[in-house]
Amino acid sequence: MIQADRVVTSTCPYCGVGCQVDLYVKQEMIYRVDGRFDNDVNRGALCVKGRFGYDYVHAPDRLTTPLIKDGDGRFQPAGWAEALDLVADRLLAIRDQYGPDSIAILTSAKCTNEENYLLQKLARAVIGTNNVDHCARL
Amino acid sequence: MAGLAATVGSGAMTNSIKDIVEADVLLVTGSNTTEAHPVLSLQMKRAVRERGARLILIDPRRIELADFAYLHLRQKPGTDVALFNAMAHAIIAHDWVNERFVRECTEGFEAVKTAVADWTPERAAIVTGLPPSKIVAAARMYAMAKNSAIFWAMGITQYTTGTDNVKALSNLALLTGQIGRPGTGLNPLRGQNNVQGACDLGGLVNVFPGYQKVADEAARRKFAAGWGVPYESLSPVPGLTVTEMMNGVVDGRIKGMYIMGENPMLSDPNLNHVRHALSQIEFLALQDIFMNETAEMAHVILPAASFAEKSGTFTNTERRVQLVRPVLSAPGEARPDWQIITEIANRMGHDWSYDSPEDIFTEMAALTPQYAGMSYERLAPGGLQWPCPTPDHPGTPVLHVGQFARGKGLLIPVDYKPPMEVTDGEYPFILSTGRILFHWHGGTMSRRSPGLEAIAPAAEVEINPADAAAYGIGDGDWVRVASRRGQVVTEAKVTERSPVGTVFMTFHYAEVAVNLLTIDAVDPTAKIPEYKVCAVKIEKVEQPEELAV
Ligand code: SF4
Repeated sequence: MIQADRVVTSTCPYCGVGCQVDLYVKQEMIYRVDGRFDNDVNRGALCVKGRFGYDYVHAPDRLTTPLIKDGDGRFQPAGWAEALDLVADRLLAIRDQYGPDSIAILTSAKCTNEENYLLQKLARAVIGTNNVDHCARL
Repeated sequence: MAGLAATVGSGAMTNSIKDIVEADVLLVTGSNTTEAHPVLSLQMKRAVRERGARLILIDPRRIELADFAYLHLRQKPGTDVALFNAMAHAIIAHDWVNERFVRECTEGFEAVKTAVADWTPERAAIVTGLPPSKIVAAARMYAMAKNSAIFWAMGITQYTTGTDNVKALSNLALLTGQIGRPGTGLNPLRGQNNVQGACDLGGLVNVFPGYQKVADEAARRKFAAGWGVPYESLSPVPGLTVTEMMNGVVDGRIKGMYIMGENPMLSDPNLNHVRHALSQIEFLALQDIFMNETAEMAHVILPAASFAEKSGTFTNTERRVQLVRPVLSAPGEARPDWQIITEIANRMGHDWSYDSPEDIFTEMAALTPQYAGMSYERLAPGGLQWPCPTPDHPGTPVLHVGQFARGKGLLIPVDYKPPMEVTDGEYPFILSTGRILFHWHGGTMSRRSPGLEAIAPAAEVEINPADAAAYGIGDGDWVRVASRRGQVVTEAKVTERSPVGTVFMTFHYAEVAVNLLTIDAVDPTAKIPEYKVCAVKIEKVEQPEELAV
């Protein structure tokens, strides 16, 4: 039996049921996932996605560096400072030229509450628009 | 969720996963629960198998839950309001109304009584294709059981009449008092893991976090103070929804877009329109964990951390806020979304100084009444269900006990409207869309799991054997499916799951993007696109070269 380097309790990232999982990690890989029993949501049960669907975390094609499209339409790796400056500058320029409602923001049903909260705060308090929505309507 | 918010005052699932087994009757409609919410469906199966509950399934397709159903009503797609109105008609005509509940806890009874007076089961039978006796039997079972619970998912909301569908279902619960107790209620099942949270925390055009209206001056003053910005800087005007945003790009109102963790190229209806829109936008920035069809069109892509590489909270379909904990460090230079957003805000002249997601949660809870009593410490053992207004509040497993969030439950008359696009001689089939168990939405996560990909590798169109025979199509043949907007080629799955005249496809596969076919007519209130029904034609074709293996 493999000895885990660590086991961490978290929430399944796939559907709105929100099953509680134990993620087993060895050498920085999630190699096993168990449903937790001490809750009123899944009581130990998981479906195939929640039990086996974690390879994507380790997928070789994860984005690992900021990318900026060059004049020929090709993405070039960039540093964080450059990429963030570009995003902020462009959004500010568009807001100043066309007004706050010329910018639209999509939050995500896959991201955390904290991230959704922050992004709508960016839209409302920083940019000044209520053009903030998400793609999943149920 | 506009339908439920209007009738009971809150758009969320009223009850809990735990109390499903206490229902005597389960009415499930527009939810392929075993595939879309598998672990929750275990509770439905337990209720039926171990507790003797009766399941009324209202779904045109012969889905797995049909094996557990006492009654299966296979209505014509898009005719739900006619069916629900006829059930309300039967409940009133046969005196199955919970009169004390209607008198004390609701308003609007007379208006609904008048509206459904014409909707006899016989009339609904013509529209829905169901025998009148089955409609009456379903109404009786639902109304007369001690505890009846209604469940639905996108199969109910993804119509131009989606909000009406929900109001019509809500009328059934209000007429019979099947709400406010364990084993009852109105239960929309949320699709993606954190749709509930995205809505709760203000990812909507008209509300701040906690559904506090942007049009409300007191709410704007509260958030201006909480965020340390001038009151005047917060706009009172509701913004544009996703579908309106894409139109806004085309007509020049929208110049810049920022997208976090979404792929509207795949998940929006009428994909050609979205591509056309995004190809002409002045600036598009996107943060995600993978490259995707939308990211290809961006000017800047920022690499984000996955759920396994950050802390935070998700809110599940039963309003339970639960912790997400980091187990790995993010690959390469990828960063958690909250750090990326903070950096951008600060570069735009603000001074945000969050140390951690917990820091953000504290600010968020202080401004969001439903979350006000929560903290990471309190969430650690098993989470908490909102509303949880104070630090000593235990959370709320069942909403609307004794009283509705809006005071009285509102019965709202709704009339049946046929779907926007109906079949005709040229496009004789109804195309219905949905999801399958093994993949998730655009498939960006699940399709990178070799195990899941092997079980469900290729896109399929489900066709009833009678229709397949009429068109000379065999199981596994290649078929072109065309609507007025586009066409795709895919493999045929000949099966009784689809009723005669209806074909079914999923939206998990980028190479056969079913949203090329669908229609972007939206429900006028909820702005939910009509994915579920459009008219198509089918024909057998040779295997296309680019799809050959
Ligand atoms: S394990 Fe399955 S049912 Fe549970 S949350 Fe994950 S995807 Fe949903």
